[in-house]
Amino acid sequence: MKLVVEIAKTHLLAKPKQTVVAMLGVTFGIGMFIALVSLMTGLNDFTEEVTMTSSPDIHIYNDITENRPSILDQVNQTGLNIVHHQKPKKETARLRNALQIAEMIRRDPRVLGVAPTLSSQVFYNYGPLELPGSIAGVDIIEEDKLFDLRSKMKAGRIEDLLANNDGIIIGTGIARKMNVKLGDRIVITTPQGHTMPLKIVGLFQIGIGTIDNVRSYANISTVQTILQQDQTYITDINIKLFDLHQAKAIAPEFQAMVGYKAEDWETANSTFLTGVVIRNIITYSVSITLLIVAGFGIYNILNMTIINKMKDIAILKAMGFSGSDVRQIFMIQSLVIGFIGSIAGLCIGYTLSYLISQAPFDGGDMVSLDHFPVNFDTKYYITGIVFGVLTTAFAGYMPSRKAAKIDPIEIIRGQ
Amino acid sequence: MEYVLKTRGVTKYFYEPEKFKVLNDITLEVKHGEFLSLVGKSGCGKSTLMYVLSTMDTDYEGELEISGELLTGKDQNYLADFRNKYIGFIFQFHYLLPEFTALQNVMIPAMKRGKYSRQEVQERAYEKLSILGVKDQALKVTSKLSGGQQQRVAIARALINDPDIIMGDEPTGNLDSYNTQLVFDILTELTHTYKQTIIAVTHDEEFARKSDRVVEMSDGKILRI
Repeated sequence: MKLVVEIAKTHLLAKPKQTVVAMLGVTFGIGMFIALVSLMTGLNDFTEEVTMTSSPDIHIYNDITENRPSILDQVNQTGLNIVHHQKPKKETARLRNALQIAEMIRRDPRVLGVAPTLSSQVFYNYGPLELPGSIAGVDIIEEDKLFDLRSKMKAGRIEDLLANNDGIIIGTGIARKMNVKLGDRIVITTPQGHTMPLKIVGLFQIGIGTIDNVRSYANISTVQTILQQDQTYITDINIKLFDLHQAKAIAPEFQAMVGYKAEDWETANSTFLTGVVIRNIITYSVSITLLIVAGFGIYNILNMTIINKMKDIAILKAMGFSGSDVRQIFMIQSLVIGFIGSIAGLCIGYTLSYLISQAPFDGGDMVSLDHFPVNFDTKYYITGIVFGVLTTAFAGYMPSRKAAKIDPIEIIRGQ
Repeated sequence: MEYVLKTRGVTKYFYEPEKFKVLNDITLEVKHGEFLSLVGKSGCGKSTLMYVLSTMDTDYEGELEISGELLTGKDQNYLADFRNKYIGFIFQFHYLLPEFTALQNVMIPAMKRGKYSRQEVQERAYEKLSILGVKDQALKVTSKLSGGQQQRVAIARALINDPDIIMGDEPTGNLDSYNTQLVFDILTELTHTYKQTIIAVTHDEEFARKSDRVVEMSDGKILRI
């Protein structure tokens, strides 16, 4: 073993209590960092996953609420036109040439899948009960490719929808509220007053109350029939990209290309995603604070050690140890404290995360959760140990440099 | 080579609290195997001179040569390495590392030098401890030893690398008369038997009288050689 390592080891072992206290500072810092990060990123991933399953990467639709130029503006383009109380034009949500648009987008190499759908506000009637909601007419196989619907099914199979032209798959929230089961028939009423009885062939649960309580799926042709529209009536095009983080950049491109509103998932779910940002800020600020406190602890202890060991340092230098040898002795001590403390911190962090993941948690009506979602990604464990060792190295560096600069004559003559 | 240490016109100033000439044009030559005592009143500069000679203090004018090598102007790391090989130190206080055993304390400078294997270093350390009569204390932590034993372990440590020169700053200043005599006898034996050179700063007149050569200093100058 190298001599400086041996001296550092003897110093650490000579005052075990002090060493352990210094390590505990790092241990708790890293442990809390791991526990916090695991829980927060677990929540973030859960949020992201449910938003991903509930909304497409890019959603193209006809935004009829968007401001449109008045007819006067079209005729008299250079004049100053003022039109008071312009009434909305009678306009349907139809996307013109929707199937051609879908085909065009499908050819884009960045696009994984495209699903043209049509959706409408409806009422679900069962006996005297009436619930508002929305029905989506989909090609269920395409829809499954985009949103992994199959894994969300609580009863029935998605293929049952293809076999039943009057079938419907409803959210578990609707089923619970209306007290209906697989095989029951419910009546759908559109805003235009058309009605149609449909047979429940499946139940799904995405995990967000606002979706499970309102949405249902049926075949495109079924919904077109209910709405009494023709076979080209499509209101929405849902797009899945290979890289969902490109959505924000690609959406305006599609909007310009097709002439309809193209909304990316980040904009559509901005309220959800604000939570993610805030959680990240909290996690990292708390963790960094904890580590800085631990760093100050190490700085203090090493400083004290060095003041106590002035004489030893002086004699080591007189006997032929260079400044860098002395610095190494103290750097090794702080790195050992940092490394062992961090490893112990990772263990504590893992234990805490595991306990949190086992704790029962009722997500309420909004989200369907029975346990806290916890992320056990090794990435955060590596971050933790790197961060822990770096903090201690930094905290140890300044006292070590001071030790290296000690002038032995001053100490020896000062006695 | 006849002279182990030579200085030419060594002059040194203190700047605190005001500029003051502590060493004034010191020229000194020390032969191999000489036992030299530096004496003088408090503040005459004898300790300051010794620290210049020991290479620890580099802030001086003039030239210093040890074992035929000019050391003036060399960097700190080189000098540290040089001290490790050629100079041993004995101070008024033992300055042993309190967490280590007597044996480890003696071994450290030799381990630093890295010339011998651990096994050989350990044998040599035992040998030095037995010359100084503290072999039976080898495995004790040094903070558990008596004052005389500690000083003898410190001398063993100074000898471990067989240095050309042993520098002492009041090497017996903190010892009772029995231990003083013992240490003195050991030092004399080193110069006569092993031809090592000793330069010791002392207040003890008897110690000085018994040494081979006395250099008396006053006001930064050498009065008598």
